[in-house]
Amino acid sequence: MRDETLTDKITEQAKFDDLKPARWVDDYADNLYNFALKRVNDETLAQDLVQDTFLSALEKAHHYRAESSERTWLTAILKNKIVDTYRNRNNILNGNSHIGSVEDEPEFFDPDLNNWKKEHWPAPFTVDNEDALHNKEFMNVLRKCMTKLPSLWMAVFKLKHLDDEETGFICKKLRLTSANYWVIIHRAKVNLRSCLQKNWM
Amino acid sequence: MKKELKTEEERIAYNCRKATLLIEKKQEIELTAREKVELQLHLAGCYICRVYEQQSVLINAMMRQILKPQQDEVKLDDAFKEQLKEKITAKMNKH
Repeated sequence: MRDETLTDKITEQAKFDDLKPARWVDDYADNLYNFALKRVNDETLAQDLVQDTFLSALEKAHHYRAESSERTWLTAILKNKIVDTYRNRNNILNGNSHIGSVEDEPEFFDPDLNNWKKEHWPAPFTVDNEDALHNKEFMNVLRKCMTKLPSLWMAVFKLKHLDDEETGFICKKLRLTSANYWVIIHRAKVNLRSCLQKNWM
Repeated sequence: MKKELKTEEERIAYNCRKATLLIEKKQEIELTAREKVELQLHLAGCYICRVYEQQSVLINAMMRQILKPQQDEVKLDDAFKEQLKEKITAKMNKH
């Protein structure tokens, strides 16, 4: 028994020694900063997140297992911190359970019949689907439309499209019920589509 | 006068709100058999929701491209890096 504990200790020490915190900034800081910046779109916040990542990694160094590379391990810590940011932002802005809304969001569907209101009927965009992705102006219209979405909705889309996370994971991390998740996806898409039509044609 | 929807078929035919929700779900998860039939029935008679479906798929592809930018890597500020190194060293020495 004693020997085993000793071996465990030695292995743990060895794993710990695999970490080279003195080199972290030179080796990973730029990379982690870019990772964070794409997800939070705020330079100061991204810097803070990188710093928090390194400092809490030092505290958790004894949990480090050599199965993952130092880079993967640090990125995982950063990722968790980014999700916390998404969640906190939302809680501060909206209390706890509101899913938010777009400013001046119209009622797109008839409240009784549930069909599209005539003034909101989707019309074909005057751009081919294959061309759309290469059409800078068209992409820019969508980009602008996206800035109008509440931060929680954007957090959902970033986890979905940027990190390719699954629905269940997103709900758990952002503390959303599955029903609310679909409400967000649906309303976001209906709004984006309408905004795109209005500002493109 | 308010129109009343009497039959199940009519309710499905009119319910663009539900059809568009199913269109969103379909792109991520497998719909139930009943939902599949409902959506199919609805889309068969609703040109507007067929346009919506096409555009919804397109917007997903566009969003993916916007959110995954191939932008040039940005460098962290050197002064910030130096400070960060000092903080890390200080913390290591404490332990």
